[in-house]
Amino acid sequence: MNWTDWLPLWLACGLLTFAIRYSFIGLEGRYRPPGWFVRWLPYVPIAALTALATPELLLDAGNIQLGADNPRLWAGLVAIAVAARWRNTLLTIAAGFAALGLLRWLGDL
Amino acid sequence: MTRSAAFLLGMRALLPMLLGVVPFGVIYGVVALQSGIPPLAAVLMSSLVFAGSAQFLLAQLLGAGAPVLLAVGAVGLINLRHALYSASVAPALHALPRRWKVLLAYLLTDEAYAAAIPHLMQQPRSPQAHWLLFGAGFALWTGWQLSTLAGVLVGTQLPADLGLDFALPLTFIAIVVPLIDSRARLAAALVAGTMAVLLAGLPWKTGLFFAALAGLAAGAFVGRRP
Repeated sequence: MNWTDWLPLWLACGLLTFAIRYSFIGLEGRYRPPGWFVRWLPYVPIAALTALATPELLLDAGNIQLGADNPRLWAGLVAIAVAARWRNTLLTIAAGFAALGLLRWLGDL
Repeated sequence: MTRSAAFLLGMRALLPMLLGVVPFGVIYGVVALQSGIPPLAAVLMSSLVFAGSAQFLLAQLLGAGAPVLLAVGAVGLINLRHALYSASVAPALHALPRRWKVLLAYLLTDEAYAAAIPHLMQQPRSPQAHWLLFGAGFALWTGWQLSTLAGVLVGTQLPADLGLDFALPLTFIAIVVPLIDSRARLAAALVAGTMAVLLAGLPWKTGLFFAALAGLAAGAFVGRRP
């Protein structure tokens, strides 16, 4: 197939993705959202970003891993503690990577 | 805050996430070629669709010979959570001209949203919200285009097991944890996190969307009680 043959599918997927992202931005001011929706909205950052992060810590190939041999879980907990104490993004990331590296190294011994 | 300060703040907040995004972009490029997508089409998908996990899924579905309509539907479902970001940033972008809204909606990804959120939660009607989101979106867009191009051109030379993808959950932790200052916000995080793990088996990452909804409901429920 020629590369141009793929463009209609890319455009369809791109327009659909754009429509989802534009949805409420485009509607703002033209309608009045229901009260429950307005009360739910302030929690979007916390709920959505936590939902993205937790499977990365707890799941390995789709299975829940809560054991000592899951370095991502323990490195993630170190990062949570550092973030809670120091509230510094780069420090949190550095601590998480350092913990991950250390735990993997210990696991290989 | 001036425009350029907001733009730079958005870029800077996004930079650590590129640690995780760039290897992912390289792998996408490789997977796309392996799925039989021509190099130029694989690169163009990154600017026309501009959604990492959706592009990955699309390449895999096409490689497996899935019907085109199913592939489009799957892309829609995997990106459903972006509607929540759209609702979340809409009040801050309300007064902007349409061209700004279109640009920022095109750039509205998990990463750009996360980068802008600490400032937006402090100042929900920040007059520079658009420059902040633009800075973050621009940094991610550039990193994504270049990394997918690199994947298509040179293939994967990165050792797969460096664990750089861990940069994304770590950055989200760094952003979310300092925001949790009430029982309601804690409830939103605990419920969304638990549900995301329990629903991870749902097809096309729809579990993320439903987990986020459950977190919103939990936060609002706890928050309305005195």
